[in-house]
Amino acid sequence: MKNEAFNDRNVSSDGYFKVDIAEYPTDGWAKFTRVVRRTFRAELFVGLWVVLREMLKFDIHTIQYPLEKMPIGPRYRAVHEMKRLWESDAERCIGCGLCEKICISNCIKMDTKIDEHSRKEVSEYTINLGRCIFCGYCAEVCPELAITHGGEYENCSEQREHFIDYTGMLTPLEMMANGTQKEFEGFGAITPHEDESVKKTPLSY
Amino acid sequence: MEVAYLIETVIKVVVILLVFSALAGIGTYFERKILAFMQRRLGPMNVGPFGLLQVAADGIKLFTKEDIIPTNVVAPIFKMAPVITASTAFMAAAAIPFLPEFEIFGYTVHPIVADINIGILYILGIMGVGLYGPLLGGMASANKFALLSAARGAAVFISYEVVTGLSILAPIMMVGSLSLIDFNNYQIENGWIVFNLYGVGFVAFILFWIAAFAETGRTPFHLIANDHEIIDGFGTEYSGMRWGLFFIGEYANMFFISFVIPLLFLGGYGDGSLLGALALLGKVAFFFFFFLWTRAAWPDVRPDQLMWLCWKVLMPIAVVNILIAAIIMI
Ligand code: SF4
Ligand code: SF4
Repeated sequence: MKNEAFNDRNVSSDGYFKVDIAEYPTDGWAKFTRVVRRTFRAELFVGLWVVLREMLKFDIHTIQYPLEKMPIGPRYRAVHEMKRLWESDAERCIGCGLCEKICISNCIKMDTKIDEHSRKEVSEYTINLGRCIFCGYCAEVCPELAITHGGEYENCSEQREHFIDYTGMLTPLEMMANGTQKEFEGFGAITPHEDESVKKTPLSY
Repeated sequence: MEVAYLIETVIKVVVILLVFSALAGIGTYFERKILAFMQRRLGPMNVGPFGLLQVAADGIKLFTKEDIIPTNVVAPIFKMAPVITASTAFMAAAAIPFLPEFEIFGYTVHPIVADINIGILYILGIMGVGLYGPLLGGMASANKFALLSAARGAAVFISYEVVTGLSILAPIMMVGSLSLIDFNNYQIENGWIVFNLYGVGFVAFILFWIAAFAETGRTPFHLIANDHEIIDGFGTEYSGMRWGLFFIGEYANMFFISFVIPLLFLGGYGDGSLLGALALLGKVAFFFFFFLWTRAAWPDVRPDQLMWLCWKVLMPIAVVNILIAAIIMI
């Protein structure tokens, strides 16, 4: 699924029409003729035919959930993921702390330290998914596209603290080796055609 | 002879009880499946292959669920009401010939418990008594929705019972007997009653069929326990197997009415051959399916609309139908 379909917020009025409701009969004769007309036009059988047709077509729309799943849109904001750099497999997160700062439910807790190369490194990083409202601010504010939302919406664990620590979110190294890390298209990502909408700053007087 | 007759009757009773209790369960399975398919769903899928064991799971649930008698109910009546529904449904089966008679080990079996000469009257009467289940259960429940449902039950009852009775008068006049076996034999000689007497039989058939929907309380006349208006009506306060008895009664009733309609109007089991028996089962299956079919397709009417329909439309038609039948037969 591409982003375009989701970005199209244009609710057209084409699909709407007024239901044709006939005048309500007032006098007895009109009521009587309506009953007779409806009886012999066999309106009831139209409904019977419709449901029988659907049964014979057997065009089933059930999704047997644990075995089958609906495709979800790339903008869906489910459990967070931490991405790695394509070039070096190093973690993208630079420990700037913006996500912790902006999180409106205060569920991100992080700590950083200076490592042996005098670089800032994330030492602790947890998101309390029990408090997270999946607003997506953290993903939007992240300057490195490091924290993103993934499509995984099922969680279970014996302990709340398991929701969720840094290693649980980090793209596994073998995924990097296979080149299967999914770049995030969704919330906080640069939308397609963004460059077309960029306008030059009018500087010439 | 006496002993053999007794044993045969007991066996027949037990077989009918077992078969139709099981059918009531399987009927719920078919209902769910067919309704689901008509609404583009799959229905029960997880218990057993294609959800077939769902019936057993429901049975386990119903039997092991706590049986609650709420504080303010009239306990004796509250406890008795489901039994009335279930037992009258099965009592009505006594006069229904389910299959043509057949021989087994040189012994002729009549698959009817009692061929009483007022068979159809007995069946309608007992099915009428079945209404006391919802009525008493609803009134004893100390619940306003159950009370509403009981009131509706009484109103619906006096409406459709008139139509049922009047509509089969014309066929009874043709046959000259109230026994369903006589009905069947008459139709072997004179063809199906639906096509008899210049459309009189057909009108009677349609009227009886419509009344059967009210009799069994199925959509579009599902007023007594209409979930979206009065919760489950008389069943609101019931739980466990007491509720299950109402349920079994309802479905057994559907099956029996599905037997009665073809026996009365559509040639019954014919000349008694295997083909005739299979044809009867086919007709029964169709009428049962039709109950489910309409449930998927049609909306429910209001109680006043049902009464309007029964008293102002169907009853005059039924009376005129009898008159026409009488004039033709003279
Ligand atoms: S999605 Fe919102 S609530 Fe959840 S961690 Fe990010 S900023 Fe906090
Ligand atoms: S905003 Fe991004 S880079 Fe900054 S700490 Fe959060 S995840 Fe790391």
